Amino acid sequence: MGAEEFVNNNSKSRGFHEMEEDGFDNFTDSELVYHVRDALNSVSSGDNESYNQLVGVMYHTDRLAPDEVALLVTSLKALSGAVSYIDNAIHETLLSSIFRINMWNYGPDVMDALLELIISLAASNGKHVELCLEMLVSNFTPPYSFMGILKQPRGIARKDQVLSRVHSALKHIADLVPLAPSKLSTIVSQKIPIYAKEPLVVIYMENMLKLESGAIGEFLRSTMLMALMDTLIDLDVDIGWDDILQDDSSKGIFQMEIEDVDEIADYDEEDGTEEVLLQFPRELSRKTLGGNSTAEKLDSLMVVTFEHLKSCEASGRLIEVFEPLLDSFRITVLTAYKSKFSQFVMFYACALDPENCGVRFAVLLADIFVCEEYPLPFRMSAISYLASYLSRANFLSAPLVASMLKRLVDWCFEYCKTKGGEMNPTSHRLFYSGCQAIMYVLCFRMKSMIDVAWFKPHLLLIEPILKHKLSPLKVCLPSIVDEFCRQAEAALLFTSSEEFNFNYLLESEHSRAFGGMERLDMFFPFDPCLLRKSDSLQEMHSILRPPFPLSSPISSPISPHPNIGFIRPHFVYWSMVRPPYDDDEGISDEDVVEQELDLDVSKMSITPRDPLSYWISNGLEEPRGMPARIRPSTSPESL
Amino acid sequence: MEGLKVSDANLVVYVHPSKSTKVQQAVLRELSSLLFKFSENFDGVVLAYDFQIQDKIAKILPGFHPYFAVRLKAKLLLFAPKPNMLLEGKVVKLTQTSIHVIVLGFSSAIISDEDIREEFNYKIKHGDEQFGSRSHKRHVIKVGTVIRFLVKSFDEEILHISGSLVPANTGSIRWLARHLEEFSLTERSPRKRGESEGELVIQEQAYSLNNDNRIKKSKKHRISEES
Repeated sequence: MGAEEFVNNNSKSRGFHEMEEDGFDNFTDSELVYHVRDALNSVSSGDNESYNQLVGVMYHTDRLAPDEVALLVTSLKALSGAVSYIDNAIHETLLSSIFRINMWNYGPDVMDALLELIISLAASNGKHVELCLEMLVSNFTPPYSFMGILKQPRGIARKDQVLSRVHSALKHIADLVPLAPSKLSTIVSQKIPIYAKEPLVVIYMENMLKLESGAIGEFLRSTMLMALMDTLIDLDVDIGWDDILQDDSSKGIFQMEIEDVDEIADYDEEDGTEEVLLQFPRELSRKTLGGNSTAEKLDSLMVVTFEHLKSCEASGRLIEVFEPLLDSFRITVLTAYKSKFSQFVMFYACALDPENCGVRFAVLLADIFVCEEYPLPFRMSAISYLASYLSRANFLSAPLVASMLKRLVDWCFEYCKTKGGEMNPTSHRLFYSGCQAIMYVLCFRMKSMIDVAWFKPHLLLIEPILKHKLSPLKVCLPSIVDEFCRQAEAALLFTSSEEFNFNYLLESEHSRAFGGMERLDMFFPFDPCLLRKSDSLQEMHSILRPPFPLSSPISSPISPHPNIGFIRPHFVYWSMVRPPYDDDEGISDEDVVEQELDLDVSKMSITPRDPLSYWISNGLEEPRGMPARIRPSTSPESL
Repeated sequence: MEGLKVSDANLVVYVHPSKSTKVQQAVLRELSSLLFKFSENFDGVVLAYDFQIQDKIAKILPGFHPYFAVRLKAKLLLFAPKPNMLLEGKVVKLTQTSIHVIVLGFSSAIISDEDIREEFNYKIKHGDEQFGSRSHKRHVIKVGTVIRFLVKSFDEEILHISGSLVPANTGSIRWLARHLEEFSLTERSPRKRGESEGELVIQEQAYSLNNDNRIKKSKKHRISEES
C-alpha cells in the first residue's frame, strides 16, 4: 500500500450518499477508507460536499433506525483508517461532532467503532490526545436523559457496557501514548462534577476509583486519591457548622451522645413534643442535617470510598492505597482545621488494618505533633486528631495507645523542664493541648492504661506535669479536667490538691485562649459520625426490632443498605466506657437488650475482634460485663 | 540512535528558605519537575540529570520571598529529535494504515502508510498483522519489532514523533544489522521510486548493532525522499 494507490483510486468522484444508495456491501473497507480520505483532503481545496455529508452522519443521533446505525458504524470505521488525514484545524467541525457523541445513548457496536476511532485519533497525532481523553472522561457520566433509568436493569447493563469500554480504551491509549496518563490525571481531577446531582458525582467518583485500581492505576493512584480527598473536603466545608450549631456551653462533653438517634426521634414523636434532640456544641442535629443535599452527597461519596477501601483490603492492596490516602489527609484534611466528616475515611481505613494502617496513622499524628518545623495550628490539629483517634477507635490495642501516650507524656514532661514558666494560655498553647490530649484519652481508657504494666512509671509522671506552675488543670477544658480528676482519683492515680469548681462549664476563658481562633481546644474530630449512611445501623434495627418504625425525620424511603454500618462497629461511644468510679453500677434490663444489640453487631460486622474487650476487662478476669448504660455525669444536678 | 545527547549545564536553582536544611532534596525536587518535558533552554527533553552543588554559600534574593540561589553544575541527558534523524523504537501496534512505535519508552511515534515505502506490504500471517518486505522475505515488521525510522516532525508539547520508513536504511533493526554491508553498497544506486521529487544529501553515521560493534565512518548517502 503506497501513495500511488490512493491517487489512482477512482472512487474519488462518488459522493458518500451515492455509495450509501448502492449499499455499502458493494464496497470494500479500503475503498471506504479512501473515500473518506478523499473527502477530508478536498476540504482544503474548497470542495466540502462529501465532508459535510460525513459530518452530518456524526450529528444524526436521535432514535436511529438500524440502517442508520449501520451507516454510523461504517462511517466511524472508515474514519479510523483515515485518522492521519484529519487535521485539527481544517476538520474542526468533524472532530467536534465526533467528540460530542455520548456512548450511553448507543449499543455496543457503535461504542466499539467509536472507541476504535478515538484510540486511533489519539495515537496518530499528539494534538488530538487531550481532546480524546476529555471525550472519554465526559463519558464517565451518563447524559441527563439517562438518569431516570440508571437504577433499572437496562440502565445497569448499559452502564457496565460503557464504563468497561471506556476504561479499556484509556488503557489502550496509555499503551500507545505513554505520557497520556499524566494528562489524564489532570483532566479527571479538573472535571469532577462536584456541584452536579448526587448520582452523577457518585458515578464519577466510582470511575476515579476504578482508574486507581485499574491497569494504569500506578500512574494515577496518588492524583486520584488526592482529588478524592479534595472533593470530600470541599463538600465538607460547604456544610456549615454555624447553621446548625447550638452554642450551649452548659452542656458537658461527656454527656449522652447521639448514638441511638432513631430511638430518640421515636421518643420525641410519642411525646408529641417538638423537643429537638439534645444539642451539643460539636454535634450536629440530625434533623437539620438530613435535608442538606450537600451532606447527602458527601455521605454517598464516603460510602463509595468505604466500599472501595473494603475491596482493596480484600484484594490485599490496602497498604498501597493507604500511603497516598495518608499523604492527602496530611495535606488536605489536617490543614482544613475543622473538617467534620472526611476524616472518617482514615478512621475506616485504619479499622480495616489496625496493625499496619492503624499504627501508621497514630505514629504520623504523633510525629507531626513533636516536630518543631511545622506551624503551631498544624501541630495542635494533629494532637486533637490523635487524642480523638486513640479514644474512639476500638480496634487499637492497649499497648499501642500506651506507647502513644508515653510519647506525649515524655514530651510534656520535657516541656515542663525546659520551657516551663508561669501559666500563660497563649504562650504555651502546644503544651496545654498536649496535656488536654493526655487527659482526654485517659478519660476513655483509664482502666486499660492502668493495666499496661510498663506504662505505670509514665502514668506517675502525669501528676507532676499537671501540678506544674503552668497549671494545665486551670487552662484546659474544664469538663475534661473535671472528668479526668474524678476518674484519676477513683483510680488512685492522682489527687488534685485544689478544689476545682467549674460549675459544669464546658469551656473557660483560659481554654478559649489556648484554643485560639480556630478553637482547637474544642476540636474532637472523631466524635460520632453523623452522616447517616456511613454510620448507620439501619439494617440492624430492622432485623432486631421489627416494629421499629425508623421514624427518624431524615429518613427517605430506606432501601436496605448493603453494608452494615461502616463506622459504628469500630467506634467507642462514651456510654461504652466504664470509668473507675462506676465500678458498682448494676446491670439493668435495658442493658441486656443493649448487649444483644452489640453481640449481634460483632457477629455481623466486619470487625474481627470483639470490639468491647479492651474496655471491659479490668484484669481481674471478671466475666465480660455488660456495657453499663452510664449517665456519666452521675451527680444529680447534671442534665 | 540519534537524537540523544549529554549536555553540561550551569544551573541556578532558587530554593525556598524553609528548605534551607534540606537543600539537596529541594534541588532534586526542582530538577525532577523538568523530567520528560521539552525545555527550550536546553533544546531537548530532559531524561536524566546529575548535578553537583558548586558552592556552600548562596546569594539570597531580595524581595518578598527570600529564596536563595544555589549554583549547580549539571550533566543532562537530553532527547532532541530533529527532522531527518534516525531513531529506533519498538512497534506496539500495526494497522493497515499505520505503524505505532514507542521510542525510549515514553515518546510515541506514528508512521502512516503513505510514509511506508512500497517495498513493504501489509498482510496477516498466522493471525498476526505485519508488514513484510516484498524483496526480502526475511524483513518483517510486526508488533514487538524494534525498527529504525526517519523523523519527519516532532511535536514538542506532547512529545509525539511523526516518522517515515521511506529511506532504504530504515526498517527492522535486526534485519538491517545483518544486511548492513551489502545494503550500504547497493544503496548507492538510485532506487526506483514513484513520483520522487528532490533529493536530500545528508551526513549520516551508520552504526551497526551486531556484536562486532563496528562503527562505520561517516558516509554521504543520497537518499531520495518525497517532499
